[in-house]
Amino acid sequence: MGKRIGKQTVRLEHPVGILASASIAGQKEKDGPLGSDFDVIMADAEWNEETWEKTESKMQKEAVRLAIQKAGLALSDMHYIFAGDLLNQCIGAGFGLRELHIPYFGIYGACSTMIEGLSLASMLIDGGFADHAVAVTSSHFCTAERQYRMPLEYGGQRTPTAQWTVTGSGAAVLGKTVDVPHITHITTGKIMDMGVKDANNMGGAMAPAAFDTLLTHFQDTGLSPADYDLILTGDLGTVGRDVLIDLMQNEGFDITDNYNDGGCMIYDLDTQDVHAGGSGCGCIASVLCGHILPAMQRGEFRRILAIGTGALLSTTSGLQGESVPGIAHLVAISGKE
Amino acid sequence: MQYLNAFWVGGLICAIAQILIDKTKLTPARILVLFVVTGTVLGGLGLYEPIVNFAGAGATVPIVGFGNVLAQGAIKGVDEQGFLGILTGGARAAAGGITASIVFGFLMALFFKPKIKS
Amino acid sequence: MQYTKQEYLKYLEQKSPNSPLWKDTIFAFLFGGGICTIGQFFLNLYQNTFSMDSEMARTAVSITMIFLGALLTGLDIYCKLAKYAGAGTLVPITGFANAIVSPAIEFKKEGLVLGLASKMFVIAGPVLVYGITASAGVGLIYFIIKQLGG
Repeated sequence: MGKRIGKQTVRLEHPVGILASASIAGQKEKDGPLGSDFDVIMADAEWNEETWEKTESKMQKEAVRLAIQKAGLALSDMHYIFAGDLLNQCIGAGFGLRELHIPYFGIYGACSTMIEGLSLASMLIDGGFADHAVAVTSSHFCTAERQYRMPLEYGGQRTPTAQWTVTGSGAAVLGKTVDVPHITHITTGKIMDMGVKDANNMGGAMAPAAFDTLLTHFQDTGLSPADYDLILTGDLGTVGRDVLIDLMQNEGFDITDNYNDGGCMIYDLDTQDVHAGGSGCGCIASVLCGHILPAMQRGEFRRILAIGTGALLSTTSGLQGESVPGIAHLVAISGKE
Repeated sequence: MQYLNAFWVGGLICAIAQILIDKTKLTPARILVLFVVTGTVLGGLGLYEPIVNFAGAGATVPIVGFGNVLAQGAIKGVDEQGFLGILTGGARAAAGGITASIVFGFLMALFFKPKIKS
Repeated sequence: MQYTKQEYLKYLEQKSPNSPLWKDTIFAFLFGGGICTIGQFFLNLYQNTFSMDSEMARTAVSITMIFLGALLTGLDIYCKLAKYAGAGTLVPITGFANAIVSPAIEFKKEGLVLGLASKMFVIAGPVLVYGITASAGVGLIYFIIKQLGG
């Protein structure tokens, strides 16, 4: 008791430290503004694998290995791993992590999966069920295109609201310490569906979920945007970002000063032909693990909110004319004390 | 003159499709179905041949022309084979295009690998 | 949430950038027209130089264009043109070839039978289904009219 505050928020009794993080990204991500921040850049889309699904599995495996190594720990120190991706039955995680022999919870929250994993892992640690746990996700442009959209060589035109799936992976190792950036609050989102049917406007479909979770976080905690140096959403892109700013403004919260979106940060929107920005599980995972957390470690941010945003659709639901339900999970991270 | 007519008629057909895609949110696959069926209907009514005579490849190369070929084939089939021609005529007329697509598709798939876009 | 679903969709519509209609249409016109002009070149070539009759020449043009579309797809060129051309590369028969070759290449990894071959018509299949069915409809109607007194 005492850990729950308000409707949907948990305040961790013992904040859970992010001991280390690692990120892997592709060539297009290397060419973006954050290119130099990623730990590993893959030389090409295949990364010496036969299929892109294998490449994506390898990305998760290597990200986890590297993060654990940076934390100065061993694979056997990990009590749990939370992992997921966008592929059917989460084969990126299931195949990539099979040789690591870490007790495994496979999770699916579409592109919110990284924050979902961080939420669950830190609650387990705070609850005393684990000393160390890992969260990892990934996405790969080529695996996502062939599953959700069209073959790579198909001549199609993307709409201006379409987003570009990030080829990237991020992993974070959690443990009981506050000497490093640490998770203090978790606000778990509800599924929000405002009836958006355009699968090429994910940002617009997910923004209401991000709005609902962010607003609930402020209501539950009594905090306001001014309490944070950065509010980071996962992959709303330009359209969803502007929608979220509007929706928050209408509720009396001005987030324009300290708000940014991973999908808008990872590419140069003017020159990289990504239309509304980046998307995918690997978007917030690589931006958070590659760019934000190291910056917090250096003391550049004191307190941040990271909000993973996911679109819970499938190709089947799309063809059957269903709308796109959105989900957003939030963790509050404080810098080292 | 032939080239000019082929250019502007073919271009116009594509421009109509583009406006439909941008304005109606019809997916490209639906546009193609709509165009091929339109071609078949126009061909059946004898309205497409005059366009072919005027624009040449400008009318035969767009997928609408494929619909016209199917319709002309069905009519020819009925003339030559009666009732059976309903089922044999269309595909027979389009056999070259269909077989070429399959064979070239198969060969290209053997030779090439898909590449990531940058 | 301040909006009802209808209000939100309306708000989102106005917030989302539209496709650049004029630019898209002009590009579609130029590319589509250009591809048809190339077709016309082959039509003239087959009719004049190879003395084919018009029906044979038209079929030969279709086959030629399908070959070119298939080759450019394999060479990773067609999708790059299509990014600008839109319907200009979709509607010509070269686009039909692209729709067949691109999934065949993409799904080769899942095997030559259940990957390459069975996915080959995943995009272009509907064109054949509706085109050929419509042609049977045309044939049937023509047959009935003929029987009635034609």
